[in-house]
Amino acid sequence: MSRLYPFHGGLKTVRHKTESNQWPIQQAALPRWLTVPLRQHIGAIAKPLVQAGDRVLKGQMIGQADGYISAAVHAPTSGVVAAVETRPVPHPSGLPDLCVVIDSDGEECWIEHEPVDYRALHPSELRNVLRNAGIVGLGGAAFPSAVKLNLSGQCEHLDTLILNGAECEPWITCDDRLMRERATGIVAGLQVMTCLLEPREVLIGIEDDKPEAIAAMAEACAGTGYQVRPIPTRYPSGSVKQLVKLLTGKETPVEGLPVDVGVQCFNAATAYTVHRAIDHGEPVISRVVTVTGHVSQPGNFEALLGTSFADLVEQCGGYREGVERLIMGGPMMGFALHSDEVPLTKAANCILAASAAELTPAQPVMPCIRCGACVDVCPADLLPQQLYWHARAKEFDKAQDYHLFSCIECGCCSAVCPSHIPLVQYYRYAKNEIWAQEKEKQKAELARQRHQARLERLEREKQEREAKLRQKAPAKTIKAAEASEAGIKLDIEAAVAHAKPHPPSSISSRAEEGESITDYSARTPALPVAEGGNQEPEPLSSKQDA
Amino acid sequence: MIAAIVVLSVMAGVSGLLLGFAAVRFKVEGDPIVDKIDAILPQTQCGQCGYPGCRPYAEAIAAGEADINQCPPGGENGVTALADLLGRDPKPLNAEHGAVKPKMVAVIDEQNCIGCTLCIQACPVDAILGAAKHMHTVIASECTGCELCIAPCPVDCIDMIPVAQTITTWKWTYPAVTAKAAA
Repeated sequence: MSRLYPFHGGLKTVRHKTESNQWPIQQAALPRWLTVPLRQHIGAIAKPLVQAGDRVLKGQMIGQADGYISAAVHAPTSGVVAAVETRPVPHPSGLPDLCVVIDSDGEECWIEHEPVDYRALHPSELRNVLRNAGIVGLGGAAFPSAVKLNLSGQCEHLDTLILNGAECEPWITCDDRLMRERATGIVAGLQVMTCLLEPREVLIGIEDDKPEAIAAMAEACAGTGYQVRPIPTRYPSGSVKQLVKLLTGKETPVEGLPVDVGVQCFNAATAYTVHRAIDHGEPVISRVVTVTGHVSQPGNFEALLGTSFADLVEQCGGYREGVERLIMGGPMMGFALHSDEVPLTKAANCILAASAAELTPAQPVMPCIRCGACVDVCPADLLPQQLYWHARAKEFDKAQDYHLFSCIECGCCSAVCPSHIPLVQYYRYAKNEIWAQEKEKQKAELARQRHQARLERLEREKQEREAKLRQKAPAKTIKAAEASEAGIKLDIEAAVAHAKPHPPSSISSRAEEGESITDYSARTPALPVAEGGNQEPEPLSSKQDA
Repeated sequence: MIAAIVVLSVMAGVSGLLLGFAAVRFKVEGDPIVDKIDAILPQTQCGQCGYPGCRPYAEAIAAGEADINQCPPGGENGVTALADLLGRDPKPLNAEHGAVKPKMVAVIDEQNCIGCTLCIQACPVDAILGAAKHMHTVIASECTGCELCIAPCPVDCIDMIPVAQTITTWKWTYPAVTAKAAA
């Protein structure tokens, strides 16, 4: 039997799986309004293809993938587009983002299904089909899967393809139920991925607290050669790098990806959507989501993307008394929502209504006593304490020296900290600051180049003008007679001064008489065009008309 | 005696040749410290420091003519970075040169724009698009928020508005709870 290679650290969390995994997946009711965000994935926001008033069919593409790292978005049901505007989306900031709002007609009119024979397609065509079906990682990160299914340039040959069914967060059970009920579909999707990646072996990692799921998957895998590997229940075994280590013993390099060591990893639910897209021609328009915690009847729902969280909670019988916070994702890695009027997205695997009992009580933060408990539990083998000191002191360079970006924000360190220091918050803050500084730097560099280009252009124009004046000067005989060298110089200076912008005071006094202004602009020499260079200025009027 | 003189002269000659060669071969074009300072400055080209752009200010700092705390858009972080680079003590921003403001972007009220092109000529990064007697507009992604276009506008149709935060620019904030506050 296969060997496991335990990763460092991790936590035994209190499990809350039975609250929601006792009942089959229920179909959520079709809501009247669906708010479909155009950014449900990592990468560029999808380009809207519809506008208010358009009629859309179920499964019709409403947002097109924009660039390589992007994913398409589809209408979850048929109806009329009510608006394409910014609406609140599930995000820790609570800020709105561009969404397509669909007024559903209740008819569920599908587009024509176009199942494809994946064995007959060229790999790049197959990846395009998946890209256009809007397939992204459904484990929570929502990274476009088509990108991960392309090995060219990243890895010569893939050793291992891992299907991630670990589901290590204490409250989430959507993958558990999906594997129990739709194991064949998941394996069918896995076959498509295998066809694209041609790995030496396929491993399916499932935590051993899900015996039914393990049994169902093992049965579905019979005869395929895929191996189901039960793994010990230890948070965060579902994190990519930790799972890769656990199953293959390979360490993913710092700032690298599992593909660098010949391993690729997909979530179980992602494989299922691949199956739906290839064998049924259905794009990603719904997902299974766990609604749990302090609601009357927790459970798993297959809901259309764009269904509001409030609707889903309603279908669970509503909130129970004492709900303090609504969390998307698990309690360890999820984030608190500002409102329940936000739509379900591809990344939303769990809605947790947390009461005081589920939340760790807010305890006063005490100074770090350097006990090292955080180091013992860190699954990424970091020194959380050092990271904390440097992040707190805003010494971002030093934090990066301690591999801040290897932190997976699993929350183990915060959970065990006896001083209740919100360690992960410090790391998130530091990471965000570093990214922001990076962006600022790029912007500054762009501004520097543009300024440089402008200075060069002004210099060139000045010289051209001077050259022109020098040519004209001898022709004017009267002036030429008088002109000493100093005289010419004065002339040029005067001309240059004339061409230069007038001080604001003189112009504003002229502004009242419209004519002088017109007169001025008529004289304005070769206008600067935004892109620099000597092109003719292009009037904007044509654009306005269009 | 003569041998010593000869040996020393030969050594001096060889060293001189080596030094001469090195001076030509490894000649430093420009002052590298100016480039390093310039890289830290925010490149808004706003002139609040009293110099006509970021590079002239960098040159002035390098020459010891200007202090390191004259750049409000760079903020305290900018001063600290300059202090680190130059081995000086960080100091608070000089209030004479203005205060730190949130990031702004210029917006032209297109109803009132008369197409005079004055703002186009004032913009240090060519971020304003337009032609004589035609409406102008600001390319927001290129605008550095330097405010140099505000003064020349004869009809006061340019406003500075703070850059709105979006999901992509939003950042996690510094944890509100500090060990000190709780102690």
